[in-house]
Amino acid sequence: MELKKVGVSGTLESSDVMITLEPGNGGIEIELSSTVEKQFGNAIRREILATLESMGVNNARVTAVDKGALDCVIRARVKTAVCRAAEVEYNWGGDGQ
Amino acid sequence: MSNRLRRTMLYVPGNNPGMIKDAGIYGADCVMFDLEDSVSLNEKDAARFLVYEALTSLDLADKEYLVRINSLDSGLGLADLEAIVRTGKAVIRLPKTESAKDVLECEAEIARIEQACGLPVGSTKMMAAIESAAGVLNAREIAMASPRLIGIALGAEDFVTDLKTTRSEDGIELLFARSAILLAARAAGIDAIDTVYSDVNNEEGLRKEVKLIRQLGFDGKSIINPRQINVVHEVFTPTKKDIDHALAVLEAIKEAERKGSGVISLNGKMVDRPIVLRAQRVISLAKASGVLKEGTYAQD
Amino acid sequence: MRKIDLESIPYREELHEINKVFNVKKVTKNTRTLAEREIHHNKIVGSLEEAEQRAGLKNGMTISFHHHFRNGDYVVNMVVDKLAEMGYRDLVLAASSLTDCHAPLIKHIENGVIRRIETSGLRGKLAEAISHGLMDVPVVFRSHGGRAGAIEKGELPIDVAFLGAPSCDPYGNANGYIRDTAEGIMCGSMGYAKSDATYADKVIIITNHIVHYPNTPFAIPESDVDYIVKVDEIGDPAGIMTGATRYTTNPKELLMAELASKVIFASGRFQDGFSFQTGTGGASLAVTRFLKDKMLEKGIKASFALGGITGSIVELHEQGLIKRILDVQSFDLRAAQSLRDNRFHHQISAGYYASPYSEGTAVNQLDVVVLSALEVDTSFNVNVLTGNDGIIRGAIGGHPDTSFGASVSIVIVPLTRGRIPCVVKQVNTVVTPGKTVDVVVTDHGIAVNPLRKVLRQRMIDNGLPVYTIEELQKKAEQLVGVPDPVQYTDKVVGVVTYRDGSVIDLIYQVKD
Repeated sequence: MELKKVGVSGTLESSDVMITLEPGNGGIEIELSSTVEKQFGNAIRREILATLESMGVNNARVTAVDKGALDCVIRARVKTAVCRAAEVEYNWGGDGQ
Repeated sequence: MSNRLRRTMLYVPGNNPGMIKDAGIYGADCVMFDLEDSVSLNEKDAARFLVYEALTSLDLADKEYLVRINSLDSGLGLADLEAIVRTGKAVIRLPKTESAKDVLECEAEIARIEQACGLPVGSTKMMAAIESAAGVLNAREIAMASPRLIGIALGAEDFVTDLKTTRSEDGIELLFARSAILLAARAAGIDAIDTVYSDVNNEEGLRKEVKLIRQLGFDGKSIINPRQINVVHEVFTPTKKDIDHALAVLEAIKEAERKGSGVISLNGKMVDRPIVLRAQRVISLAKASGVLKEGTYAQD
Repeated sequence: MRKIDLESIPYREELHEINKVFNVKKVTKNTRTLAEREIHHNKIVGSLEEAEQRAGLKNGMTISFHHHFRNGDYVVNMVVDKLAEMGYRDLVLAASSLTDCHAPLIKHIENGVIRRIETSGLRGKLAEAISHGLMDVPVVFRSHGGRAGAIEKGELPIDVAFLGAPSCDPYGNANGYIRDTAEGIMCGSMGYAKSDATYADKVIIITNHIVHYPNTPFAIPESDVDYIVKVDEIGDPAGIMTGATRYTTNPKELLMAELASKVIFASGRFQDGFSFQTGTGGASLAVTRFLKDKMLEKGIKASFALGGITGSIVELHEQGLIKRILDVQSFDLRAAQSLRDNRFHHQISAGYYASPYSEGTAVNQLDVVVLSALEVDTSFNVNVLTGNDGIIRGAIGGHPDTSFGASVSIVIVPLTRGRIPCVVKQVNTVVTPGKTVDVVVTDHGIAVNPLRKVLRQRMIDNGLPVYTIEELQKKAEQLVGVPDPVQYTDKVVGVVTYRDGSVIDLIYQVKD
């Protein structure tokens, strides 16, 4: 899926993560700051990557500001940001791409 | 009469991760994630994704989960259904139901999605909220509209505006609507759920209102804060006298079975079907409230 | 007067110190009035500097402080600044606790004025710096009871105690409030200072308010005091305490508080004349409210409430539901006012509260204590000292003391805080050994220490949501995942002692 513009989702509240997606050209770059960086930094990066991959996003710059979001919240926020950045409606019946 | 207790139905804003994460811990009988009024228009997509992901991955225990979708008319409801029906884990709560047609339109979409994603058609349950004068007048046809319906609920805030009045402490303006909804629900054999009480800090006001709707016959109440759960459950807790009587009724049934007698009698009076049903309901409420365990009345 | 021959006294060698004859010339009667004497004959010295010199303070000695001014304390920084200016080095700073406002100590550690620290806890920038290896000598952490015991036994000898006091008369009778005016600093009980005053070699009271003799009732008697220094300010009232600690409205805290109160009701200890202590965390505090309702309903009265005291305990006392309050530390203004005004609200020393060396110690008379925690592990060990990132951010307080002493100890902890699991396989730092922790209350259910079989059965019989601690740990893991372990270097930055002074755990420097 091609990103057309900057897509933002989520908030800076506790248990949430704010995702900013920008079109990229050299694969996926993730800039993460998290209140649980030491314990979950790797897990958060993995979840962001996996979600982008599941939606067929191969080029993006991701800025994630995390306040202790669970994996399901990270997935939801990334999906929201992708749809906003790609200016598409999510295809619930398809494979997400 | 359904077996599941729905004394409390806790509203949880659909775009709030912290509240969604904790929604299940407070002991409400049902949890309702809201995609409608508590979510601003430009966050509808975010809330939909969030509730979808939460339903598919969080441990939902044995609770009943509902999702209040946006109306189909709003242009948002269909996407809500596409997401939520696919989880297979939530009852769809339809807002602002005005007629049987609203239910049927929604049902048709649900059936289509169930088929598309391989769920058994009919497995997704529904609940309809009635929030207008027209809806109240059509309560009976709404309640009867679909076998998927597990209950109908009153949404009073929009309703009183429609009536050109406001909510009062004794709720006289809601009396007809409550009665109409309750009768419609009972006629259809489904649950009746009352509207929210918005003043979270007024415990006495809430208690008064819950006593009223319990006496009217309602099964439960929508609530907006976990702090309201205890009060509602307390009011719905049967008294010791009720429980003792119910236990005696159940004992009389067993006694009749042992004797092979077709007639059940208690203290010389015949026990008929309504009495049996009422006794069973008292016992399930008593067990849920924790005052009854394994057939004995536990002094707290 | 009779001429006295000492030799004529039989067995004089057995009558100790009977060896001189009265000499009338040595008696000089002072006919000044009380008012004059207060001005001319007293223990007040001109400056902090003078007091330090007269107390004989030398490099390498141990100085002590109390933490009754909490985050509003000016005394520690003021004194150490002055000692640095005077050129002192290698001092041991033994405070009953240290907190965020003591960050200026960092520079005095760097410049060699402070060589090592003993405390109940550390927070803020100072704690972070120490966790990152600021000090050569590790910090020794002691519980309130452990510290009192170490002082009593001479394991922690104090050379000079610098004790801030909201009021003091010219002879050293010092107190945590001013009886005659509503103004000034009010910290209520000075329990932790009392132990220091009793055992320190020299005691200097630092006050902003000299009152007339006798400043009774007093926390510290003049007999314990050597010098008094008057300064303009000893603390910031806003940082010392708030008006009255309010009950939480946070539904999760209320949920845990209600569950903890149900544990108490089911424990078999909830009887007329029972004794209890509740902490100050939101949930722990709210337990008091649920207790109150049930006490009224059942006509049960408590014999005493102990510990850090809040307005909520005072409310029950004033309603006749708690007969006596034993107060080692007043947490809010309401508690401090009650200490001043209520006959049976009594201030006690740290030793009286929790010393490990006396059967009569107050914690040993507790039926129930409700505590909070940062983490609990599957062996019921509790951490209240280091955060999930391994950095020091708390205080031992009376946790191990009350947990040991109480018939039933209840620890309230949410299953997770944000994404951080709080019921874990192994806590970062063991402060209270699991053997003394009886019930863990979380927002997802409770776990009872398997050592307490009867107690566990009582919880089950009363319909409480009982799980094993392993089940709770797994629930937490399912919810948030498995965190990567904290990375440490092999440098020890903190030594955690148990009540008897034995080492129960070590805190290591965190890797950046």
